[in-house]
Amino acid sequence: MNDILKPRDAAEVEQAVQWALAEGKTLELVGHGTKRAIGRAAQWDATLDLSGLSGVTLYEPEELVLSAKAGTSLAAIEALVAASKQQLAFEPMDYTAVLGTAAGAGTIGGVIAANLSGPRRIKAGAARDHFLGVSAVSGRGETFKSGGRVVKNVTGYDLCKLLAGSWGTLAAMTDVTIKTLPHAETEETVLVRNLDDGTASKVMAAAMGSFGDVSAAAHLPAAVAARIVETATVQAAVTAFRLEGVAPSIAQRKSVLEQLLAPFGELGTLGEAPSRALWRAVRDVTPFAAAGAAGSRDLWRISTAPSHGTEVGRMLVEEAAAELLYDWAGGLVWAALPASNDARAPLVRATVATAGGHATLIRAPTAVRATVEVFAPEAPPLAALTTRVRQGFDPQRVLNAGRMWAGV
Amino acid sequence: MPVAMPQCDEAVLGRRAEIVAALKRIVPGEGVIASEHAMRPYESDGLTAYHQLPMVVVLPETTEQVAAVLGFCHRESIKVVPRGAGTSLSGGALPLGDGVLLGMAKFNRIREIDFDNRVAVVEPGVTNLAVTQAVEHAGFYYAPDPSSQIACTIGGNVAENSGGVHCLKYGMTANNVLGCELVLITGEMVRLGGKHLDSAGYDLIGIVTGSEGMLGVVTEVTVRILKRPQSARAALIGFAALEDGGECVARIIGAGIIPGGMEMMDRLAIHAAEEFVHAGYPLDVEALLIVELDGPLAEVDHLLERVQAIAQACRAVTCRISNSEEERVLFWAGRKAAFPAVGRISPDYYCMDGTIPRAKLPLVLRRTQELSAKYGLRCANVFHAGDGNLHPLILYDANKPGELERAEQFGADILRLCVEVGGVLTGEHGVGVEKRDLMPVMFSEADLNQQQRLKCAFDDKSLLNPGKVFPTLHRCAELGRVHVHAGRTAFPDIPRF
Repeated sequence: MNDILKPRDAAEVEQAVQWALAEGKTLELVGHGTKRAIGRAAQWDATLDLSGLSGVTLYEPEELVLSAKAGTSLAAIEALVAASKQQLAFEPMDYTAVLGTAAGAGTIGGVIAANLSGPRRIKAGAARDHFLGVSAVSGRGETFKSGGRVVKNVTGYDLCKLLAGSWGTLAAMTDVTIKTLPHAETEETVLVRNLDDGTASKVMAAAMGSFGDVSAAAHLPAAVAARIVETATVQAAVTAFRLEGVAPSIAQRKSVLEQLLAPFGELGTLGEAPSRALWRAVRDVTPFAAAGAAGSRDLWRISTAPSHGTEVGRMLVEEAAAELLYDWAGGLVWAALPASNDARAPLVRATVATAGGHATLIRAPTAVRATVEVFAPEAPPLAALTTRVRQGFDPQRVLNAGRMWAGV
Repeated sequence: MPVAMPQCDEAVLGRRAEIVAALKRIVPGEGVIASEHAMRPYESDGLTAYHQLPMVVVLPETTEQVAAVLGFCHRESIKVVPRGAGTSLSGGALPLGDGVLLGMAKFNRIREIDFDNRVAVVEPGVTNLAVTQAVEHAGFYYAPDPSSQIACTIGGNVAENSGGVHCLKYGMTANNVLGCELVLITGEMVRLGGKHLDSAGYDLIGIVTGSEGMLGVVTEVTVRILKRPQSARAALIGFAALEDGGECVARIIGAGIIPGGMEMMDRLAIHAAEEFVHAGYPLDVEALLIVELDGPLAEVDHLLERVQAIAQACRAVTCRISNSEEERVLFWAGRKAAFPAVGRISPDYYCMDGTIPRAKLPLVLRRTQELSAKYGLRCANVFHAGDGNLHPLILYDANKPGELERAEQFGADILRLCVEVGGVLTGEHGVGVEKRDLMPVMFSEADLNQQQRLKCAFDDKSLLNPGKVFPTLHRCAELGRVHVHAGRTAFPDIPRF
């Protein structure tokens, strides 16, 4: 078993990286370890466990800002801000269902390192859009900071954007500052029954361009809708639109939306509690949970232009018997494919290349992730730029070496 | 010029004729400007206190030309300063005497409007307002709206990560750009992002946005367009004390309301604006707050009632709600004209751009008044109250010896104060040359070195817009070294398992 280093503060994180540099060791960065199975199956000499860096250091609801040590539990942060009727508006998804890891775990550092988001991505952005400031230790063993605690800030390069979604390959974050926003007072969801995928795509585009101001739009083909309690009784495909805000606003927008949707199919409504439950299931992709009917399938996450999502989906159904869940008005396609030696990577990548966008292999056995690229391969000039960026932060490839791409 | 720029490379200047000829072979016709007279309009940007003629101006029309110009400059080690419309308030497009000024104005076409995916694909020389104008027939708009939006270009907006009065609710440029085509200084072209929401790999669009033209030249940008809200109404609220206005802002947000825009002005700014545009502003108040709610009519009316109640609780002395679109526009007219209005009451003004935690507003304004007395210069304040972005306008007369220098020292003191209370040097105008030498107030040497290493990844010879942002330019080779303190940390005392 590898060494596990568990620093108690930021200074010890710096010491740990300095140690690894001096000894020529590589480090695997983990918080609670909930997303450890995402990425190439690489080997590291030791584990740098950042979960000891825990605690909210600043929360000022009226300033819409929260600072915490990177290993602070996301659940604790969400509970704290909820008490002030606030939320992390980017609605970070919880990967534990699809990866079969401990539910409810996860750190704020992990949320940012994976640039998580949720159904509200179409309106409120992802972690990157809410990440205001950071203190981190680079792979050079040097502590640096970027950003600040205010939303509007263009002082120097925004290294926060770069660290968000870098999967721990550039620096070990020790302290982060994020934006908090008011929680919507209430929500409702409008459902349309039994649309085929292509029609659903057009209907979602129309809704997104309406005064409905929807904060989430998803399409669940029948087999997938059947696995979510709130949509199972429909016994058909479900296209869902979430409305959030103050009650008078929702009432007005609901009538706008219902007028728009009525010609396409039978409509239904979910009130506040079932609406919350539905979008949590969509957010966490529970129809493809590790413990569920699709648990043994390989799972791809595909980000594409919203209007191209269902075309990508159709190809993957025809060529690879995929099961699909569409979020982000069609721009996020979760595709669960029957297990295979290569996770059908050539097919998935070729299909996505035609549509524009990229695919990430989220779940596959270690043996598959050892031979198949998990993150989208980059074309030569971009790949070289990525490598140079990485070298600027971590020239000896100490941190999570090889997790995103071989050699990076 | 009080800010030192990189020393002119005499060897490059000595080859000027040859360089101009080579550039003319890449960009034929009138795309290369080399006469002093014709280059004069490019000697300065929106920060007019600084000016410098470039060695040569190049106005390419195609991505291939941009790539060829950059590739040539890289091979020949010639500096390049990219420029959009030249509206930067921080000197971001200030030319270099031994550098090529790369003007992107001819990239002025909108390449695609895609309502199904709610994006517009535009060339970088398209103005900010033109994007909205191209999509408004279908009820859409482009959200970031810097006050220079008639003139400023999308390419410049990307370089500066421009904001505007609506960014509290709708974000800055970085939150509204999905993709770009970027030409590196080597002449290589990379495509980042596209019409999809999440970048693949490292978020290089996020880092290019706000990089002040120092990482590459953007030749195409994909921006998000949004459905314009169904309605918008504004409240004009006056307070007898600045503190009351500040409290009102905090309580509106504390009540869970995120207005589309929330702007505050102090007495001097109110008076200047009212004299200029006659917006009907009350003149007997110390602070004036404009709160605009947008969205469905039912929501706007509902929230405006709450805002009025909060304003009353915060001792507002006047409160008017716009009852028509004309009236809403009138409420804004004074604020939007605040800079030129202040320009009428003073020969010159110097606009600052710090951001502070909102709660520190009364303290910062009080200390600003003390500094105003110390430097003997008046200062008007307009303030993006929702996000804490402060624009003190320092009034001075450039014709009076020493006043510009005093104004600059006053401005620097305000920015130091912003950082001292937990804020930052610049909220939306950029560092450029203007705030370059103040960067150490906010960042340590290690912080700045790490930023420069990122620059090195894009621009190993430091040819793109050098002299901006960083007070000290290190050589990339020097920054690349790893310092391992082996002896000290070989056995760190960290818990192990």
